[in-house]
Amino acid sequence: MTAAADTAPTRTTTPVFRRAVEGKALPILIVLGVIILIWYAFTVYLNAPWQIDAYERAGTEWTATDLVRDTMAQERPVLPSPHQVVAEIWKTTVGTRLTSKRNLFYHAWITLSSTLLGFVIGTALGVLLAVGIVHNRAMDKSVMPWVIASQTIPILAVAPMIIVVLNAIGLSGLLPKALISTYLSFFPVVVGMVKGFRSPEAFQLDLMRTYNASGTQTFWKLRWPAALPYLFTSMKVAVAISLVGAIVGELPTGAVSGLGARLLAGSYYGQTVQIWSALFMAAALAALLVGLVGIGQRVVMARLGAKP
Amino acid sequence: MNANPAIRQEASSPQTSQPVVEAKGLGLTFETNDGPVRALADVDLTINKGEFVSFIGPSGCGKTTFLRVIADLEQPTAGEILVNGMTPEEARRKRAYGYVFQAAGLFPWRTIEQNVALPLEIMGYSKAEQKERVHRTLDLVNLAGFEKKFPWQLSGGMQQRASIARALAFDADLLLMDEPFGALDEIVRDHLNEQLLDLWARTGKTIGFVTHSIPEAVYLSTRIIVMSPRPGRVTDVIDSPLPRERPLDIRETPEFLEIAHRVREGLRAGHGDD
Ligand SMILES: Nc1ncnc2c1ncn2[C@@H]1O[C@H](COP(=O)(O)OP(=O)(O)O)[C@@H](O)[C@H]1O
Ligand SMILES: [Mg+2]
Repeated sequence: MTAAADTAPTRTTTPVFRRAVEGKALPILIVLGVIILIWYAFTVYLNAPWQIDAYERAGTEWTATDLVRDTMAQERPVLPSPHQVVAEIWKTTVGTRLTSKRNLFYHAWITLSSTLLGFVIGTALGVLLAVGIVHNRAMDKSVMPWVIASQTIPILAVAPMIIVVLNAIGLSGLLPKALISTYLSFFPVVVGMVKGFRSPEAFQLDLMRTYNASGTQTFWKLRWPAALPYLFTSMKVAVAISLVGAIVGELPTGAVSGLGARLLAGSYYGQTVQIWSALFMAAALAALLVGLVGIGQRVVMARLGAKP
Repeated sequence: MNANPAIRQEASSPQTSQPVVEAKGLGLTFETNDGPVRALADVDLTINKGEFVSFIGPSGCGKTTFLRVIADLEQPTAGEILVNGMTPEEARRKRAYGYVFQAAGLFPWRTIEQNVALPLEIMGYSKAEQKERVHRTLDLVNLAGFEKKFPWQLSGGMQQRASIARALAFDADLLLMDEPFGALDEIVRDHLNEQLLDLWARTGKTIGFVTHSIPEAVYLSTRIIVMSPRPGRVTDVIDSPLPRERPLDIRETPEFLEIAHRVREGLRAGHGDD
């Protein structure tokens, strides 16, 4: 009786809320809260010297409360406070016309389009190289070392060269930036797909042989479906570093739009609040992209009979 | 039941027998880092059409290797072997046999019916024909109603039945089975053995069957090949006098126990050679 009465309220709560309390949401929220607290502490700590300086120059009396309040409201703080960043993001997204060059969504879209183009080319290139490496001994020996070597060169060194060289042959705009994303994103796809294409067991390949299956049939009916889980896992990494590539691609070009351009402009003029809001927009974009790949993964895997 | 065994033996191996597998002086030596391993040496053996031949022997005696040589998955290093009068490679290209591996090895991303349809897709059967054959073979292994299930939704025994259906779906007259029930518990195994005999009687296929179990070999086979290791070779060939019709309780008859005894003796003699 009492037990039934006790459980009754929980039944009426929404599943979302219950999941939030029982599931992973609560620990995540606690960690988030701690991070924000630490952030506020550092805001005061890092901005205090300049603030105290300012008080002394102006000859004003100040208390600890004044200091805490004022360190969180500087125009060009060393570290902006969380609410300053939130206010800036709000102002430059919802509070600005969508077509305006001052809207952060506009810049996010510029970066996103080159991220996606680079990611698609990179994934296709990665899959093609993996197919070659798995099916051709010579390619296995010759291509893989170059693939690995390509990633040991810092992208910051390569990016300006790519942009300059492509500009010289008449390519400008979206494609050069996208190719920097490609340069970064093909790598996890090659590595993941080589592993995926090689994941069928020896007896599964033998089985195809007993059917006298052709190489193409073995590829499409065994190697490709076996590699799909690997494809999605590497695409998650690839899409995130594609975004990094697009941002890096905007730095050396003197681009006026894109999240990279906002970061650069922010650092020229000491606009730390602007830098941090661009950073947060980039992080949100990355989370969104990785999440979308994850949803695609779940949909495809469910159709292919993965255990729920 | 008590009729003269000799007469039945004659009946089960008629004069007009047609060889499906013929091995003469067959040998296979693997070159490994630890030196050569003689997996098969001097194997002379003929399997005739419609026979149920079991291979029994301790592990490492070359049972799997012999089946794989028939299937052109392994190349012999000595002697010769013909499958349906052709080289194993030609036979494989003509899709002369179905092979059932020890692990069911169903593709986890395909439903049961899609798994059974796999060889049919590869061999270019029409969609309608595929459907008809999948239906018929799933019926044959008592899996009707499980078409849309994914492998993980089935028990181990059912998965193995599906893999047998996959090997039966196309028109190969020879079925090669490598310890197909080795990983299953005894009750499931008994049941599948009964079904396999029934299936053999209905389809008239020739079956090569590898097993570790003496009762299984005696219960199923028209002929039992006893093998011994180092080097892998045939030490005894036992023609079974049991009738083709075999209820499970035939395993308690004196005839059955006598053959089982002979197999056991054969295995022991093979061991004595070490
Ligand atoms: N691919 C291989 N390379 C090297 N040695 C092998 C290979 N396959 C089998 N062997 C060896 O050949 C012998 C026979 O193996 P196998 O035919 O699998 O025996 P069984 O099936 O009777 O247990 C064993 O000694 C085994 O180690
Ligand atoms: Mg074996």
